[in-house]
Amino acid sequence: MFDFSRGPLVWIAFAILFFGSIYRIISMFLLLKKDKAVLPYMNLKFGLRSLFHWIIPYGSTIMRIRPVFSLLSFVFHLCLLILPIFALGHVIMWKESFGISWWTLPEPLTIFMTFLVVITGFIFIFRRIADPTVRFVSSAKEYILLLLVIAPFITGLMAFYQLFDYKIVIIIHMWSGALWLAAIPFTWLSHMFYFPFTRAYMGCEFGFVRHSKDW
Amino acid sequence: MKESPESLVVDPGLDETIKKLTPERIQQVVNHVFDKECSARLQVYVNTCVHCGLCADACHTYISRDRDPDFSPVGKVKRTIWELIKRKGKVDGQFIRMMSRIVFTECAVCRRCSMYCPFGIDIAYLLLVGRRICNLLGVVPQYLQDTTNSHAVTLNQMWVQQDEWIDTLQWQEEEAQAEIPSARIPLEKEGAEVMYSVIAPEPKILAQLLGNISQIMTVAGIDWTMPATDGWDNSNMAMYSGDFEVMGRVERLHWETAARLKVKKIVMGECGHAFRGAVYDGPRWLGWQYPPIPMVHAIQFYYDLLTSGRIKIREKYKEPITVQDPCNTVRGLGLGKKLRYIMNEMCEDFRDVTPRFEHNYCCMAGGGTINCGPPWKRSRMVSNRVKAEQLKATGASIICTPCHNCHSGIEDIVGFYKLGMHVKFISEILVEIMEIPEELKT
Ligand code: SF4
Ligand code: SF4
Repeated sequence: MFDFSRGPLVWIAFAILFFGSIYRIISMFLLLKKDKAVLPYMNLKFGLRSLFHWIIPYGSTIMRIRPVFSLLSFVFHLCLLILPIFALGHVIMWKESFGISWWTLPEPLTIFMTFLVVITGFIFIFRRIADPTVRFVSSAKEYILLLLVIAPFITGLMAFYQLFDYKIVIIIHMWSGALWLAAIPFTWLSHMFYFPFTRAYMGCEFGFVRHSKDW
Repeated sequence: MKESPESLVVDPGLDETIKKLTPERIQQVVNHVFDKECSARLQVYVNTCVHCGLCADACHTYISRDRDPDFSPVGKVKRTIWELIKRKGKVDGQFIRMMSRIVFTECAVCRRCSMYCPFGIDIAYLLLVGRRICNLLGVVPQYLQDTTNSHAVTLNQMWVQQDEWIDTLQWQEEEAQAEIPSARIPLEKEGAEVMYSVIAPEPKILAQLLGNISQIMTVAGIDWTMPATDGWDNSNMAMYSGDFEVMGRVERLHWETAARLKVKKIVMGECGHAFRGAVYDGPRWLGWQYPPIPMVHAIQFYYDLLTSGRIKIREKYKEPITVQDPCNTVRGLGLGKKLRYIMNEMCEDFRDVTPRFEHNYCCMAGGGTINCGPPWKRSRMVSNRVKAEQLKATGASIICTPCHNCHSGIEDIVGFYKLGMHVKFISEILVEIMEIPEELKT
């Protein structure tokens, strides 16, 4: 089980993520053939202009209206992207699985960032329950996905502090991580790769076509 | 489900029409629209939305109704489009009735929410998809459907007949001549620089605006004309009722009329949705990337007249005045700064609104909502308390609204919330204060 999780599981998860995402993006472009009012109005400059305003902290109005949520969201997403790639244990795995290696994060920083993910993740879950507007548009799926996203981080911490049986914790860690990756193309986690397209399109609709701004 | 006062509103356009629906018909229409008409954006938007609710802060209906989750943009999508997707179109007439109410009367497709969604999801588009479905099912608020019927039959919004149209223009030409003897409304002048087009409420209920423009054009020395045939109306409620076939016919005729008259450009009166229909939605439906000849909105036109000195101000307007940024020409065309220039040029005491420019609140009359008629007026008013508060805070006594929908909608709001303010178009102020050269006076 452990060996399977270390070896093929990682491969399978990445394959699903990779091919799933490609499939979703290609089908988007195929569907665009029927939806003709999109591509002719795309423009690189205005697409990038909008993306820029939305990826820098507080670059858009809503981020300033919701400063705390925006900060948490930036922290959450940054750690979420950086940790799986640069955590020490993972860099070893990258080397063993794919034969590539790069620098690693210092251990205390890794731990700190992992805590950040877990804490902000729980704050998001809390927000979903506490804010009636968000609760109204949240179903079980939303909570499960959020939990799934932070599960590898919780188990990562448990492994580090040697809580419970290390091997079992690590297996859960790997399985939840793999599920997480595999879920990206097929759930709203796909905002990860749709984001540049939707944002750029709206940026062009507002900027290129309508001479106004969308932030 | 909780019973809202809105669900008790009687509207034959919804109540009677749902009786004719069958489950098969509903499902067929839903699938057709989802698969054939709007596949890519619908799919990507629905899959990208993370249900975060950030778009809620954008919506005047949500803010005005004490942050009722039912009225957040994503809340409205959840109650309509998500539900249709989840149930694969297997819904009943009551559901369609509720959806029709939400998409036509509780969202003004103002697109403010797209600026607040981190992913730029076009929620207004999703709700327009709902409108399209309702239209194909024939479940549209009766008053709105009537304007669409008028478009279909007369190619204008208000059942104006051709003789009535020409008659009104001649009458208003005479009115203008009382002020400026040489003022004209030139009909059918081939090769003129400008074709001026208006929306049907002008000849029908606000005819003095036609007299005003005749004076303005004369003072500015513009070589202009108006068509005597159908095609003079630039408004398009079919675009909002989801009847894109009729929308396309109306827009095509408008452009073809300009082409027939061989004008260099169309200048249009103060209306926002008309610009949207003529320049964005119409051409896209017709398969044209851009409109065939330039179309200049009144705000741009007056800005040009003032900056070029073709119109000079005799004496600035004195009363404290504020402005409404119309969604379709400020968020939808970036004319906010030019509008400010006009206001400051014309008025002594201009008091700006907050929020403003792209971030201004919608009037909740556009997007066809005001055309849903009296049954829904109260709901519209309740949905825009925030506008009343915003206008009141300026301390102005006049509101300049360079858009017909904003004009009527804000007049309603002023009455409902007893703001004691008055609403005016730019042109109404301009004719009061512009300088009429001596040689034109005799
Ligand atoms: S009314 Fe405007 S802000 Fe509200 S949902 Fe509709 S488009 Fe969005
Ligand atoms: S802000 Fe965007 S992603 Fe969030 S709920 Fe609204 S539409 Fe969905």
